[in-house]
Amino acid sequence: MAEHSFADLPADGLVAVVKRDCATCEMVEPVLAQLRETNPDLMIVTQDDPSFPAIDGVVHDADLAVSWHADIETVPTLMKRSAGEEVERTVGWSRDQWEALTGTSGLGPELPDQRPGCGSMSVDPDRIDALNAKFSGGASSRRVEFAELEDEFEAMFERGWSDGLPLVPPTPERVARMLSGTSRDPSDVVAIVPPNLIEASVEKVAINAVMAGCKPEYLPVVLAGLEAVCNDDFNMHGVLATTMGVGPILIVNGPIRRELEMNSGMNVLGQGNRANATIGRAVQLCVRNLGGGRPGEIDRSTHGQPGKLGLCFAEDEEGSPWTSLAEDRGFTADTNTVTAFCGEAPRIVFDQMSRTAESLTASIAQVMLGNVHPRISGMDTVLVLCPEHMARFSDAGWDKARFETELRSHLNLDVDSILRGVDGIGEGIPAGLGLEGLQLPKFPEGGILPVHAGGPAGLFSSVIGGWVSGPMGSVPVTKEIVR
Amino acid sequence: MSVTVLDPTDETTPQVRERTARPESLAGLTVGLLDISKPRGNVFLDRVEHKLSELDATVVRFTKPTFSKPAPADLRHEISSQCDAVIEALAD
Repeated sequence: MAEHSFADLPADGLVAVVKRDCATCEMVEPVLAQLRETNPDLMIVTQDDPSFPAIDGVVHDADLAVSWHADIETVPTLMKRSAGEEVERTVGWSRDQWEALTGTSGLGPELPDQRPGCGSMSVDPDRIDALNAKFSGGASSRRVEFAELEDEFEAMFERGWSDGLPLVPPTPERVARMLSGTSRDPSDVVAIVPPNLIEASVEKVAINAVMAGCKPEYLPVVLAGLEAVCNDDFNMHGVLATTMGVGPILIVNGPIRRELEMNSGMNVLGQGNRANATIGRAVQLCVRNLGGGRPGEIDRSTHGQPGKLGLCFAEDEEGSPWTSLAEDRGFTADTNTVTAFCGEAPRIVFDQMSRTAESLTASIAQVMLGNVHPRISGMDTVLVLCPEHMARFSDAGWDKARFETELRSHLNLDVDSILRGVDGIGEGIPAGLGLEGLQLPKFPEGGILPVHAGGPAGLFSSVIGGWVSGPMGSVPVTKEIVR
Repeated sequence: MSVTVLDPTDETTPQVRERTARPESLAGLTVGLLDISKPRGNVFLDRVEHKLSELDATVVRFTKPTFSKPAPADLRHEISSQCDAVIEALAD
């Protein structure tokens, strides 16, 4: 008996992979003995019991390296190799197929014609992640070993990796499983992460996604989300450095919202949905751990806001009569996208009495005029319209463009009333700019981003105010999610 | 079993953390004496222990399994959680 690596498979000849804990493998034991007589080079690989089958020269695949590398899914598997390549394989027992593959007749005359095999140990759900981590080339990230008496959760806090909440330990097995969520190579560079401008590989993002609590299928959204915040337009460095309490807010569009069971309904901006809660958190952990964007260091926010843990939500596209946020931004409805917006905490638009589109529009505008400060203009905003508010607009037959036109008609500021010093308030725009007597738009062109989301009942929409708009601040960025 | 994880950071800082500042005085502190398992290291450390007790330090003794390898993570953790300072002894 010997330990064998994959490289030791014969260049030419037959290889059988079996395990004791499989009735079909036990059944074909005499067939293997029969084949060994006619094919002395037949290599028999056993996964579990090195004394099975009771034939000389059985190779024990103790670490399952042979089985993993040969993609064995079922035992018994019988393979034929030629010139170093596998040319044929059959799984389970089928006399016809075994005879055809081996060119031998009269195999197992007392056996039934066929019998299905059992699962290979190398695809056992309890083992597959460890095997993938061990054999798929291995992670290139540094390994950190915690002491046996060290609590791993405390150890991660102590190393400064946490946003304040517990982290899932990013073991090589968990990271390998996370990487199965994307087709991208682990060494691909996803983004250059501010503020330290560090290259983030897919593997590094996957490690942070594990810590955040993501499932592997969320990883493509995390990758796209990180791309969306790490560019000059979004200006993540500035978003961190500003003392204003803003952070990246992610909005997901496209069919992937449903596949990931993201929340676009009740409590959409709150807690309780794993994908919503962990995708945004993973992006923020990348900014922290890779970019070095930590509160008290480059993150200078005076108050911050609770969404900086990672606010991420999905639009309710199905329930909306309007185009989606992503469609407005040039993507098709079947494209999966994530939009990053630099925003403050959501603020409620309370209107339970408006029964017409006109009334509700004017009412929403009154709240929006207060964004940041009633005298401050020029910042973008996300407007999260709830279904019961949206019904007023669909009843009236308003499309999104009509709504925005009507809304903007209420969103102009009289310069004379917002000048510094008016009503004894120092905040405002300076006099002497030649703007006296004019009106200023509260929001810049394209700076209002309506999104439909929320529970079916309740006459509460939300506005999420932005930070400085445009090239001097942060521009919303939408990226396609690539799996 | 100890847990091994993959480093989530940019790996620009050393994995081994900074040493704590050197104490002004050893009086009242717990001092670990780490014998790296070279012959006669214990003789040397016995003498050091005697000297330290004269300085009102509490002494705890530790031994590495072998001098040829770094101290295991568990031993390092045990020392760091019990001691204010540590003296590592090499002897032959």
